[in-house]
Amino acid sequence: MPKVSISGSSCRQFIGEQTEFEVEATSFRRLIRELDSRFPGLGEHIDETMAIAIDGEIHQDAYGLQLPADSEIFLIPKIGGG
Amino acid sequence: MNFVANFSDLKVVGTRPVRPDGIDKVTGKAMFGADLSMAGTLTGKVLRSPHAHARIVSIDASKALALPGVKAVVTAAGDFPEISSEEAAAGESPVNFRHMAHNVLARDKVLYEGHAVAAVAATTSAIADAAMALIDVTYEVLPFVIDVEAAMADGAPILHDDLVPSGMAAPGKPTNIAKRVEFKLGDAEAGLAEADVVVEGRYETTAVHQGYIEPHAVIASVNPDGQTQIFASSQGQFMIRQYVSKILNMDIANIRVTPAEIGGGFGGKTLVYLEPLAVALSRKAGKPVKMVMTRDEVFRSSGPTSGGVMTVKIGAKKDGTITGATIDIALQAGAFPGSPVAPACMCAFACYDLKNVRASGYDVVSNRSKIAAYRAPGAPISSFGVESAMDELATKLGMDALELRQKNAAKAGTKAAYGPVFPEIGFEQVLDAAKSHPHWSAPLGPNQGRGVATGFWFNIGGDSSASVFVNEDGTISVVSGSPDIGGSRASMAMMAAEVLGVPYEKVRPIVGDTAQIGITGMTGGSRVTFATGMATVQAAEKVVDELKKRAAMIWDISPEAVDWKDGEAVPAGANAGGFDPMPLAAIAAKAGKTGGPIGSEVSINAQGAGAGFGAHICDVEVDQETGHVKILRYTAVQDVGKAIHPSYVEGQIQGGAVQGIGWALNEEYLYDKNGRMDNSGFLDYRVPVASDLPMIEAVLVEVPNKRHPFGVRGVGEVPIIPPLAAVANAIKAATGVRMHSLPMSPPKIVAAIESGKG
Amino acid sequence: MSKIHVTTTVNGEPAEFLCEVQDSLLDVLRDQLHLTGSKEGCGSGDCGACSITLDGRLVCSCLVLGVEAEGKTIGTIEGLANGDELHPLQRKFLEHAALQCGFCTPGLLVATKALLDANPNPTETEARYWLAGNLCRCTGYDKIIRAVMDAAAEMRGEHA
Repeated sequence: MPKVSISGSSCRQFIGEQTEFEVEATSFRRLIRELDSRFPGLGEHIDETMAIAIDGEIHQDAYGLQLPADSEIFLIPKIGGG
Repeated sequence: MNFVANFSDLKVVGTRPVRPDGIDKVTGKAMFGADLSMAGTLTGKVLRSPHAHARIVSIDASKALALPGVKAVVTAAGDFPEISSEEAAAGESPVNFRHMAHNVLARDKVLYEGHAVAAVAATTSAIADAAMALIDVTYEVLPFVIDVEAAMADGAPILHDDLVPSGMAAPGKPTNIAKRVEFKLGDAEAGLAEADVVVEGRYETTAVHQGYIEPHAVIASVNPDGQTQIFASSQGQFMIRQYVSKILNMDIANIRVTPAEIGGGFGGKTLVYLEPLAVALSRKAGKPVKMVMTRDEVFRSSGPTSGGVMTVKIGAKKDGTITGATIDIALQAGAFPGSPVAPACMCAFACYDLKNVRASGYDVVSNRSKIAAYRAPGAPISSFGVESAMDELATKLGMDALELRQKNAAKAGTKAAYGPVFPEIGFEQVLDAAKSHPHWSAPLGPNQGRGVATGFWFNIGGDSSASVFVNEDGTISVVSGSPDIGGSRASMAMMAAEVLGVPYEKVRPIVGDTAQIGITGMTGGSRVTFATGMATVQAAEKVVDELKKRAAMIWDISPEAVDWKDGEAVPAGANAGGFDPMPLAAIAAKAGKTGGPIGSEVSINAQGAGAGFGAHICDVEVDQETGHVKILRYTAVQDVGKAIHPSYVEGQIQGGAVQGIGWALNEEYLYDKNGRMDNSGFLDYRVPVASDLPMIEAVLVEVPNKRHPFGVRGVGEVPIIPPLAAVANAIKAATGVRMHSLPMSPPKIVAAIESGKG
Repeated sequence: MSKIHVTTTVNGEPAEFLCEVQDSLLDVLRDQLHLTGSKEGCGSGDCGACSITLDGRLVCSCLVLGVEAEGKTIGTIEGLANGDELHPLQRKFLEHAALQCGFCTPGLLVATKALLDANPNPTETEARYWLAGNLCRCTGYDKIIRAVMDAAAEMRGEHA
């Protein structure tokens, strides 16, 4: 079961102080849905404002991403740029 | 799509050809935003608030509309739908369209001097000016607040009564704090407690403008059936299309945006200001409307980046190992929420391998123009504090400043302060290259000093589209969706030429309008060569596959029996048959007989952007009497992954470094006692000029990003990050005084030298 | 108010236009003569994007009135190349990648041409001070100065 860490404090309104979760999910989309079912509203928040880092590689807006079982997964704020 | 492991095989990538749009740009033919005219075009202008903060009681345009030659006046209440939607995903980062609409045209309140209140369209510029003077706006002037800490204080004038802060407990009363962010790793306080040496400092930066030389410009034409043409200078034609559609509630298919050549953006052209106004005016007047900002409007009304205040604390063991670090930062967002406080926090300590670190920040609104992105948004600000503190730490430890950074450098496997673990990165190689550069050990004279500082930026991927077409004679046309600001047409053509095995000159690239190519994110975030380059490479690879199939058909053999080499189809082996190589042009000539025209369009959401790191070395000489700082020598080292066109990569680094030098030494937003900007022209807002500077030596380190076929990381953001602290550290070395506040202008330096405190 | 008739020479060709007294020469060049190579970056003579020559003298055309051009000879970026042959400065700007967005480029080329007309052998410092009135925000000036010095050397015949 992948372990997911949520970086930063922008999700605190949904998740409180806990930042690490074990989530039954094999894709990014499933991860969002699982988290949303635990913390209603978090899914939309992640959808709109967060990116996912899998083993250090940052992805934005990629539902189909597979989450390897032993991977390190972080949700971090989306990055824009100049 | 495979990573090209052996760079020595490359024939086009890594060379320095003349850019395809070059001749247009040296002969004056290139069409920028303000250069297009259409028959019957009206001139549009914007009436702006003279107040920093006021309630709009009424707007009466009847006298203006009665003036002969005035064709339309638009206001928010009369012509713009009220948008209820809040944060929505838009391209790279979330956008609040309600705020954006209210920034384009004020609705109930004006929130900064220069905030648009109404727009007019008239047959001449002079009539438009006269009409603006006839629009009667009644204001109820309100108390205002400019500075970030004053805006956070109890009793500060409140900009938005309905602002709900995120990331923190509800304050129970109206606030100007829009957001709190915090990133933690380990226990920073415990780490600091373990340290032998701790440095702590408070640092400040001011708002600075991107300072593109081309003011915002647009021409828009709306037909009675709603079909709309927009020709505008921006960092994204698709961005304009989406934002105009949202703000004016129009069907996207009715809006076609043609990207003009863009005269610099640096993040400042990632928003709309004039475009919705020009469309609304054209819709009302039934004629094309052209709008061009004055320089004064650019400064007062378009976004600078945030200024900020921060406290930085770093602790280390005697051997230089950092045990703990914290940064607490508050950034100005301008009149609406949305400062780059998250990336400021995430980048602050990203250069270092730290076990215990905390970065927290506030996003704060005040009565300034809404900030816009500026090159590596947020990162230069926090880096100024952190890299100044690192210099203090090196001094306290008696360590070489580069050695301290080497000792703590992030590398593959380092857990970044913002969470994830870095894959292969080139920071150690960058530091090694800086240390071994002759600049680092060159002698210095009296009143001279040397500083070093580093910087990190994520680099990003995202949505990109490109198409590659084979023309009848075997030449190639490439269309991409990325506006070309610094030579990206050249790099797209080079990458396509490399894949196809044809000479660069046989490939002609253009930037497509919104109806000619698939959706593409903005030119920004150092993403174009990476993401749009990836789309171009994939499209070219599909074309190669098709060319092989066509050759197989002509030879009447299996497609698997054909290879592609140096622009020609060749039999894959002896069993395939004894055919002579078939050049691309010969296959193109028979395209009709073998299945029709050959071409491919690829739209992707590019993944796998590789982080970028840089280290800058700066020598200054400080005039102790006048406080004038002269930059004597400047070397900028950066891991670029792989330089497609090294000249334009160097150019990004040199230009970014000089913008950072301007930020360090000269540039700032000054406000008068009424909250009005005091220096809204290039004479008083002083960007660096040629005589301020030496040559800027760009040193390219190439640690390839294996997720891009040619190893590209992205270049444009990193170079603006290190200069602020590199210059400050050099000034410290030259004068013995630590400057804590930007810009390090002559009066401040003199005062600091006299008092011994900066 | 009736418009004023002005007779000038632009890039070697006779040219006439009608303008209001308050129209800047830059507006006339761009809007009436459709020579949009000269750019407006500030309208106050600070950025140099509108640089032209007036009777051989380098000026910001945003600070000159259209009516002041009467009887004078105007040189703009559109007149720098000799037919289809680029001026050495134009060639060197391209070879050295001395432009990114290209918005300041016409003004810089006109200003540099004026420099080399006055001083064919400038030092780097002289070139930097001469061009201090032409702002470029993209390049940090490095490649521009290299292109200028290289073009000057070629024009002096030092590349043979």
